[in-house]
Amino acid sequence: MAGSFSRDVIATIGLTVVVIWILPYVISTFTITVLIVYGLLGLSLGLVWGYGGILCFGQAVFFGIGAYTYAISAINIGESTLPMLLSIIVPSLFAALLGAMMFYGRLTDVYLGVITLVVTLIFYRFINSTAGPHYKIGNAQLGGFNGIPGFQTLNIPGQPSSYIWGDGYFYFCAVVLAIVYLGVSILLRSDFGRIIVGIRENETRMSLLGYDVRARKTILFAIGGGIAGLSGALFANWGEIVTPSVFSLGQSAEIILWCIVGGLGTRFGPILGAAGLSYLKFLLGQQSFVDNTLITGLILVFFVLFLPKGIVPTIVNVWDLKFGRLLSDRFQKPRRNRKLRLNG
Amino acid sequence: MDYFFVILIEILYSIASLVLIGAGLAIIFGMMKVINLAHGEFMMLGGYVTITSVNYGINIFLSILIIAPATVGLIGLVVERLVIRNLYSRLVDTMLATWGLSLFFIGVVTMIFGNTTTGISTPIPGFSIGTYQVGGYNIFIIMISAFLLISAYFILKKTRAGLIARGSMQSAEIASALGYSPDRVYMMTFFCGSALTGLAGAVLAPLVGLVPSSGGAYIAKAFITVIAGGPSLVVGLVSSASLFGIVNQLFTFLYSPVVGEVALLVAAVILLRLLPRGITGSFFKDRL
Repeated sequence: MAGSFSRDVIATIGLTVVVIWILPYVISTFTITVLIVYGLLGLSLGLVWGYGGILCFGQAVFFGIGAYTYAISAINIGESTLPMLLSIIVPSLFAALLGAMMFYGRLTDVYLGVITLVVTLIFYRFINSTAGPHYKIGNAQLGGFNGIPGFQTLNIPGQPSSYIWGDGYFYFCAVVLAIVYLGVSILLRSDFGRIIVGIRENETRMSLLGYDVRARKTILFAIGGGIAGLSGALFANWGEIVTPSVFSLGQSAEIILWCIVGGLGTRFGPILGAAGLSYLKFLLGQQSFVDNTLITGLILVFFVLFLPKGIVPTIVNVWDLKFGRLLSDRFQKPRRNRKLRLNG
Repeated sequence: MDYFFVILIEILYSIASLVLIGAGLAIIFGMMKVINLAHGEFMMLGGYVTITSVNYGINIFLSILIIAPATVGLIGLVVERLVIRNLYSRLVDTMLATWGLSLFFIGVVTMIFGNTTTGISTPIPGFSIGTYQVGGYNIFIIMISAFLLISAYFILKKTRAGLIARGSMQSAEIASALGYSPDRVYMMTFFCGSALTGLAGAVLAPLVGLVPSSGGAYIAKAFITVIAGGPSLVVGLVSSASLFGIVNQLFTFLYSPVVGEVALLVAAVILLRLLPRGITGSFFKDRL
């Protein structure tokens, strides 16, 4: 967590402005919107895995629950403000329950992986099998394999007929991502954030120091679930339909891939990984010479073998070696130490 | 009475297929502590090898029992040498790398065979018990898994190779101090595990329509069965496969196949919560 918080705020605002102004000249806003939504999803796992050390194979569950919660409540309520809030609260509650079950059972890495994977599968199977007309919540048909189309999309609070769509929706998503990013920065700067990183480094030591490791992991997991849920709701608004594929294993795999490629233990890495890889996938989808999945797989293997730290930490490292010493000699001594902590 | 037999066969079949699906993964995980997330794709490859060789006019049993395991075993060997060898004792990294491999294989098969369903018919006709019709091939699967379990037990328990394998499993350092290169043991183990996985995929191929992504249907079940089984190889596999097989079939009979599947998954979550070290971590300790 190099630098001061004010520098973070300025950098975030600067970057957001650049994204909003310049990127639309290069990529259509419709595409960037979904890249931003995926960035938010990547950030959610980046927080849980990169800082909390919890490898969740089922981050897609919270994404999916967020999307479905939004769709179902938007159909029933007919206005988008409350559904947006619900799509954060419901996945986060579910994550808290699941997390409490796992962390109070002292489950770790592999077992955690199995349980989150299995929960993803349960949702996928269940939602896929809800095709019949008797599967409905309020007025919303769950629709099985076909998903839920035709729900109320985002509108200005209190005015159900003035929709936020197109470019407006793009700005909205960019601002949401910037706000969440700052929120995550604040969280990681707080005592809670420091303790979480401590737990990642050495769980036994933190619990011997008297911190309740289980409760903190559960809370972090719930926060990650909430962010993933929010991105699910944004995704539902973008696609104007939700289908069971939001719960698929492929979706979960992709989120993990984004974090690996972007770089764990950074906030920006997973966002960059998500947006970059999704755009790459989008470009690859336009050709039929090489299969898309094949490339994704090769990228994952390549990164695990040769760049296990991911892009952002590697760049930061190189930057540090080249310029870091120079800068820190000239300006302030302790800077390098802080940089090291970022990479660690 | 007939109905009872039919249910019994169905339950046995369900257990046997779980054993088959889990066996390769159990060997690789139990011996090397490597979780091979490309397991499902190895099975898928086994299936495709079988179908291709049957289409070339080779006898189906020859394809299932010899060609498919040999081919997939060799693929596994290449994978081990190129990728997994570099990642030993990095559990999470191997999981991720093999996940990447699984995507890679899906891509390759999609490019070769296309994203369409292929299949062959079962080579053994069904027979009837009273008024019920039972698939003869299901009996074949039950026999194959029983044979696999017994031979795995005897190889591990009675042969020199089994002794070396168990030795390196307990302590790789001591095995290497005694002159057995862990590298070679791991290589052989991975080969055997992959070959078994290929066999499983080949045996199950006539029952399912194969698509390049059908590995995904196996990996979760294999994963659950092996992890819930715990540290003992054979006993763990049998006990968790029995438990999940019975749960799955009971709920399938009572409600529907989807409920059966979900019940299996829920049972796995509950079991892992109660016995985080797997069944053989708490019961039947120190068995093979």
